[in-house]
Amino acid sequence: MAKNTKLLMTFPVTPTSHTLADYRERGGYVTLDKALREMTPQEVRAEITASGIQGRGGAAFSMGRKWGVVNLNDGQPHYLCANADEGEPGTFKDRWILEEAPHLLLESMLIASYALQVRHAFIYIRGEFDLPYRRLAGALAEAYAAGYFGEEILGTGFACDLVIYRGAGSYVCGEASALITSIEGKRGYPRNRPPRLTVRGLYQKPTVINNVETLSNIVGIIAHGAEAFKQVGTTKNPGTRLISISGHINRPGVYEIEVGYPWAKFIYEDCGGIPGGRGLKAIIPGGISTKVLTGEEVAPLNLDNQELEAAGSSLGSGGMIVIAEGTCMVRLLQVMLRFYHHESCGQCTPCREGMGWLHRIIDRIVAGEGRPEDVDRLYQVSKLNDGNTICGMGDAAGYATVGILNKFRNEFEYFIEHKRSLCDGNLECHA
Amino acid sequence: MKHLLPEFDALRARFPAGFESSLVLPCLRRMQEDQGFVADTDIDALVAYLGVPRIQVEEVLSFYTQFRRKPIGRWHIQACRNVSCSLCGGERIIEHLANKLGIRPGQTTSDGRFTLSTVECVASCGSAPVVLINDTYHERVSPEQLDALLETLA
Repeated sequence: MAKNTKLLMTFPVTPTSHTLADYRERGGYVTLDKALREMTPQEVRAEITASGIQGRGGAAFSMGRKWGVVNLNDGQPHYLCANADEGEPGTFKDRWILEEAPHLLLESMLIASYALQVRHAFIYIRGEFDLPYRRLAGALAEAYAAGYFGEEILGTGFACDLVIYRGAGSYVCGEASALITSIEGKRGYPRNRPPRLTVRGLYQKPTVINNVETLSNIVGIIAHGAEAFKQVGTTKNPGTRLISISGHINRPGVYEIEVGYPWAKFIYEDCGGIPGGRGLKAIIPGGISTKVLTGEEVAPLNLDNQELEAAGSSLGSGGMIVIAEGTCMVRLLQVMLRFYHHESCGQCTPCREGMGWLHRIIDRIVAGEGRPEDVDRLYQVSKLNDGNTICGMGDAAGYATVGILNKFRNEFEYFIEHKRSLCDGNLECHA
Repeated sequence: MKHLLPEFDALRARFPAGFESSLVLPCLRRMQEDQGFVADTDIDALVAYLGVPRIQVEEVLSFYTQFRRKPIGRWHIQACRNVSCSLCGGERIIEHLANKLGIRPGQTTSDGRFTLSTVECVASCGSAPVVLINDTYHERVSPEQLDALLETLA
């Protein structure tokens, strides 16, 4: 596939390209006008469903199916919430939208609010974000002043208000049910399903939570139609993905790729390859909770969820981390397990205790005090979490651990036997 | 907290009716911004203002890592220790800061100038290693750059 259509990064970034004036010059808020005047909420929903767009936050759930649960005639308030928590390590793609195209998100959320008959919408943004928050808050103030929010929007009967809600430091709040519990002003504890959040979410009312990037595609889908959207990407996974790439790579950053783009071409041509021409040891494809793939596994693949799933991993949140030859996978797993232990919310025993257990085992291996049975024990504890916790974090930590153990078991066994790293404990790539 | 009440009233007006509980996080954030930490008397005042249970406020304060119950240094240095930063020299940055300031992560210099913390991923992986100083992201930092920067912070 030679083409690489862009749907989001369609304009040159300048010091003013995030402002309302520039956004309008690019045709901003025209699609909102079209939706409000020429389409019914049902027609907007039908278009989104027909586009086949999948969630870009990690789970790749169909946006149309998620929206389809909301009954427009149930007489209840409905809420919409954009997930701008962006906490999955390796992921920084939504930052690009928040900083450079905040009005694209706002216009998309207005159209979504119309389609779902939402009077009050929210954007949950992680507490550490400074510039993204200021850009978003600035854009919202501009949009209110221009009459895009509030009562009688664009002279139609449609009314919608939006609140930007800032988190305060918690990984688990990126999980949808924890996110809404956080908006309720409580500890961000995930909730058991069923009921689904689209049935009972924020303050027990039907609530749709979509990732920032997923939502930001709405303007394009409504402007050009579902058929045009489906011309981009693959049949099963239409559209583009924002990929944030970091680690041992010459040109890290956020890239928009058409789904199905060749992975090797992306790494070596678009992103400039690995520093010092080192070999590619492994890639974590979509945030650290997706299973690691070796350089050999990556080489023939295209960036498409179907292909990655067949290879035992996932495009996840698009947070791609490149790992060069010579990197110590034992110490890499140590960094990851310390993180999961730190972020377990403590609600479910297998995760609360299991994360600590995994962390202590890996710490003792790195300290040269590993025991011969430790590798099997890491597997065992990972399995104890699988499917036994309220949210997916316990599973995710297990997948990450098992993913690394399956492919680099020899490094762990070497470390335990020789009390030192096979790769000198290197995490940096000394080109 | 009294001087913040007009701001809190304005904030309240932006939420739908019945969302008083939602104001706990934004009000605590604002109070901490005001004086650097959340004091016990602030909790009392917030409980009275919002009519939420005190335990809810206490739970929120102990759950979210950004909230503090005690004052810290004037400059809060937070260095990322997650995967991408570690792959790009984050560990050396943390070690350098600790040596330079003579404190370990979690501690404050005796003159009350700097507090050093480590943080998990702050979504700045493409510009690793990253260090936050108060609210500002400093990206792709080197030990030399940090030395020069710290000199400018009184």
